[in-house]
Amino acid sequence: MNGAAEFFTTDTAAFLAGALGRTLWMTLLGCTLGFLLGGVLALVRRTRQPLLAPARLLAGLYVETFRRLPFLVILILVLFSVQAVAPGLSLLGIATIAVTLAATAYLAEIIRAGLDAVPRPQVEGAEVLGLSALDRLRFVVLPQAWGVILPPAAAFMVMFVKDTALASHLGVVELAFAGKILVNKGFSPTLGFGAVLVLYALVSWPLGRAAAHLEKKLVAPRHR
Amino acid sequence: MSLLDIAELSAGYGGNTILDGVSLTAERGDIVSLIGPSGSGKSTLLRVLIGLTPPTGGTVRIDGAAVDYADSAALKALRRRMSIVFQQFNLFQNMTALDNLTLAPVRTLGVARAEAEARGCDLLAKVGLADKAGAYPAQLSGGQQQRVAIARALAMQPEILLLDEVTSALDPERVGEVLDTIRTLAETGITMLLVSHEMGFVREISTKVVMMDAGRVVEAGPPASIFESPRETRTRSFMQAIIRH
Ligand SMILES: Nc1ncnc2c1ncn2[C@@H]1O[C@H](COP(=O)(O)OP(=O)(O)O)[C@@H](O)[C@H]1O
Ligand SMILES: [Mg+2]
Repeated sequence: MNGAAEFFTTDTAAFLAGALGRTLWMTLLGCTLGFLLGGVLALVRRTRQPLLAPARLLAGLYVETFRRLPFLVILILVLFSVQAVAPGLSLLGIATIAVTLAATAYLAEIIRAGLDAVPRPQVEGAEVLGLSALDRLRFVVLPQAWGVILPPAAAFMVMFVKDTALASHLGVVELAFAGKILVNKGFSPTLGFGAVLVLYALVSWPLGRAAAHLEKKLVAPRHR
Repeated sequence: MSLLDIAELSAGYGGNTILDGVSLTAERGDIVSLIGPSGSGKSTLLRVLIGLTPPTGGTVRIDGAAVDYADSAALKALRRRMSIVFQQFNLFQNMTALDNLTLAPVRTLGVARAEAEARGCDLLAKVGLADKAGAYPAQLSGGQQQRVAIARALAMQPEILLLDEVTSALDPERVGEVLDTIRTLAETGITMLLVSHEMGFVREISTKVVMMDAGRVVEAGPPASIFESPRETRTRSFMQAIIRH
């Protein structure tokens, strides 16, 4: 069995840093893309334009389906579909796509609930002044919706940091998998998983802080 | 030619007919008051006029030109000439009073920000709120919010102003300040279409009174004739109910 002296080396540190990087990469990139795509889906679902009815239907179908699928199932679905069309893509890339797909569905619902929380008369007040749909969104709806959207969206992302551990099933060496590898190498579970635990905690904390900061910056004064 | 000519206008929600062939006209400078029991379609008429509720039949002409409510460019043009003030003010909660007044002129009329702000301050002064430019709606009383809302509608320099029960959501002691604002406004020669239950005010300010019931115009005429010698029994019973109450 390897002891503490062997554990606290630059090799182990580099190995863990790489794993941490992959965990963060999947979470941050996946959730950021998911937020943007989720925003698009939420907006599509809110339109009333008859021509967009098929798009509304598809968006709704997507959100309802992907929110109900376990993340592991999404991972496996993406793995097989990507291997069929783009066999060269890395496992990390595949896992990131899966995170994006799951985050899109969840965040679309969170964003939609936030937009719906802005009272209808606020939008009508803007509409009768001739403001375009984009201006209504930008100046009236979003500033009032951020306060409702950001807390659950941030909570979702912080929670999803953990779910990315499932990507280890694909063979992505993220934090949880790294802990297992270290233990297999002969380090004590206290050391191997202890380090992983500390790193997870160290990641979630600043993520939560960053979200709180963003919320302060974006939320309209009245709602502060 | 009338400034506003409404002919056989109909509208409804989900199959229910709410407006059932309403016709009325307003000349430039007219102050037309809509009265009638609640649920008679007064708000719906104003909402159709400003393009919030689609008409199901009839026409609206402004200076003789029919408005195509299905066309977004036509709606945009309409909202440069017509503005509305709602019962519940609907001020943007995330903006100061002044920003409420400048947003639309800057974004839709292409007015420079400095000019919009100067005009906005003038308008706030006109409604007696020069010192409230930086206040958020939540920091203002109902009466103050409603005056800001009137100023916001005026910032678009409309020819026709629609006012939907603008004093109904206010504390009784705040009603007077808003009515004073409308009186001052009436003297500027702007054309107004207003819904109100303040019968004394309606009688004093209107050039024309329109009695509505069940989505139709019961009768219309100068205030003296509607209040003193209404032709229709429905108008008479409404007046009696209002006076008794
Ligand atoms: N958004 C809506 N959906 C369905 N029915 C409505 C809606 N708005 C108003 N109505 C109905 O239309 C009728 C007329 O309402 P309204 O125009 O508000 O009357 P008024 O302003 O004269 O009180 C009422 O019966 C009301 O219940
Ligand atoms: Mg009404």
